[in-house]
Amino acid sequence: MKLLIKNGTIVNPKAGKGFIGSLLVENGKITKIAKGDLAADGAETVNAAGMIVTPGLIDLHVHFRDPGFEDKEDILTGLEAAAAGGFTAVCTMPNTSPACDNIGTIEYQTKKAAREGNGVRLYPIAAASKGLKGETMAPIGELKEGGAIAISDDGKPITDSSLLQRVMQYASSFGLMYVSHSEDTYLSKGGQMNESYFSTLYGMQGIPAVGEALSVARECLMAQYLGLPVHICHVSTKMAVDLIAYFKAQGVKVTAETAPHYLSLTDEAVGSYDTNTKVNPPLRSEEDRQALIAAVKSGIIDALATDHAPHHEREKNVEFNTAPSGMVGLETAVPLVYKLVHDKHITVERFVELFTAGYGIFGLEGGTLTEGGRADITIIDPEYQWTIDKNMFRSKARNTPFHGFHVKGAVFRTIAGGKTVYTRAY
Amino acid sequence: MKHLLGIENLNRDQIMHILETAVSFEEINQRQIKKVPTLKGLSVINFFAEPSTRTRMSFEVAEKRLSADSYNIAVSGSAITKGETLSDTALNLQAMAPDCLIIRHAVSGTPHMLAQIMDCSIINAGDGFHEHPTQALLDAYTIQKKKGKLDGLKVALMGDIAHSRVARSNIHLLTKTGSHVTVAGPATMIPKDIKKLGVEVTYDPKEAVKDADIVMMLRIQEERESGLMYPDRREYAKFFCLDEKLLSYAKPDATVMHPGPANRGVEIDDNIMDGDRSVILEQVANGVAVRMAVLYLLLGGSNS
Ligand SMILES: [Zn+2]
Repeated sequence: MKLLIKNGTIVNPKAGKGFIGSLLVENGKITKIAKGDLAADGAETVNAAGMIVTPGLIDLHVHFRDPGFEDKEDILTGLEAAAAGGFTAVCTMPNTSPACDNIGTIEYQTKKAAREGNGVRLYPIAAASKGLKGETMAPIGELKEGGAIAISDDGKPITDSSLLQRVMQYASSFGLMYVSHSEDTYLSKGGQMNESYFSTLYGMQGIPAVGEALSVARECLMAQYLGLPVHICHVSTKMAVDLIAYFKAQGVKVTAETAPHYLSLTDEAVGSYDTNTKVNPPLRSEEDRQALIAAVKSGIIDALATDHAPHHEREKNVEFNTAPSGMVGLETAVPLVYKLVHDKHITVERFVELFTAGYGIFGLEGGTLTEGGRADITIIDPEYQWTIDKNMFRSKARNTPFHGFHVKGAVFRTIAGGKTVYTRAY
Repeated sequence: MKHLLGIENLNRDQIMHILETAVSFEEINQRQIKKVPTLKGLSVINFFAEPSTRTRMSFEVAEKRLSADSYNIAVSGSAITKGETLSDTALNLQAMAPDCLIIRHAVSGTPHMLAQIMDCSIINAGDGFHEHPTQALLDAYTIQKKKGKLDGLKVALMGDIAHSRVARSNIHLLTKTGSHVTVAGPATMIPKDIKKLGVEVTYDPKEAVKDADIVMMLRIQEERESGLMYPDRREYAKFFCLDEKLLSYAKPDATVMHPGPANRGVEIDDNIMDGDRSVILEQVANGVAVRMAVLYLLLGGSNS
């Protein structure tokens, strides 16, 4: 099967400046990249005029709830949602039931994705501690053999600093990095939203920004002390951004991600008492949002990750304090972040870097378009205007605060391993 | 106006209209037969998902004096304790076609959620530490009776501001009507950026009370999930209790208020609470008239 993508602007930051050209895909590989036209020669032709053609995007932080909570999402629907969002690879977090802290669960996940999935690659991030309890180390070496690309207790920090040290050291012997959900759980206890004027106005227990910063500082100091890399999840505060900038300047191997919702919304949105605005870390202040935009621009934040956290509508249709935290993100990430390109905060090249940095962070194949390389390709129509409709999601879940948002920019087609896994119906 | 969810979204005119309406209902409460047929045939559900004696009774008295059919849901006997979600309970109540639901709930925003699910009028009888609008209205009614106005007054509001719905509703109301509010308490009890609500902040109760027309005390809360906001009751009383000495900094004719239930000897000394400047029981009496006014205005009863 052959596929010819033509007339699109090929944005492949690793190979230099973008250009209008053609890209030929054969047998799952990119066989030719050329400026201008290529002969169709019997290939299915995709006219990408006015669009950008990029390496397949990676989401380095998703929750697919499988096994254990398949009413929220399962691996197959999660992979469909990823495809619809322009992602050709995802990294799944281990807070399933049972947790991804054993070889059986990790093999179940990788095999289900490979055998029954749509072709989007699934890379498990395995548990750092047994049962995600933060008490004893998970069998990290065996989990690596089962396909783990990193370890994390995401959803929770490792409170015990001694365990953190041992986890980081032990994992490094297997070439795995610790991925940190940075939170001070003493400071966030009972908290429902960011601590701010708005938590005062809405009468909600606040989660102070300093809690994230304290945790980020500890992780970075530990990484510095051990001479090991660390990755910081879902950075939401200016305080954390400033710390990461400091430690990067010190030469510490720290990488960081933020999520589209932290760039798009602030704590003011919680005033609707819509439980879909409840997320952990919480939506922060406008000052934090501005700092994050500056950080994705400057490179202090390396990557965008959605923290796709599906919940059943019934679970969210409760009193605010009772509702679980999290929102889905896969199918809204590209338009939400593309707004930064439209608003001239970042270039289209930076946009692509942010959504492909995960390959480099975890040492995975991908993130560039090369002749002979895997045909993981995302085609984005930057000008297409549409309204986000949660009922159109491929995900099982509907928990988004962005329902009804008018956006500009859409994923037009997603190609994973040479196979079209998503085409937008215009 | 269909619902009363908070003071924040009311304007000054709406507030004054409620207070003016309450005057005529206060007159009814002084009659020998304290019952009028105003809301005859209308049904009102009192849904208190958090313990309450004063507010629940006050609403029930107000409803009965207006001849509404009132129904009480006790939490311990409700479907909530059998695992039904609040939205399902709300839909079931909705199916019985009430005209009004009075809701008290420990979670902020719950009345707003019910207002989206149900067709009837919703009155917020206190949500989390968000708002308690009828308390602020009855406080304002009491102040107006005592001082003849709601503007230009110096009000000291003291105690656990951070976790008080009474504080928020009173701050909204009194700043909208042009009074000057100073909040006081230890820093752990002052929520972030409260100044943006148009109040002054001090950690020194003497400074707050100085030249005050109104001294409003708040109930000290029990221990919260996030920990106790003060070392212990003895220490709190030593520095923040409204006693004779502290009250001497206020204007000689200052009025002392407390939304109840009070912790005698902790936030307010017995002789102040029972003294002649205290209007604590008048607040309770006025609460009935104000709630009658709110019910009347929301349910649009005719005076037949
Ligand atoms: Zn997390």
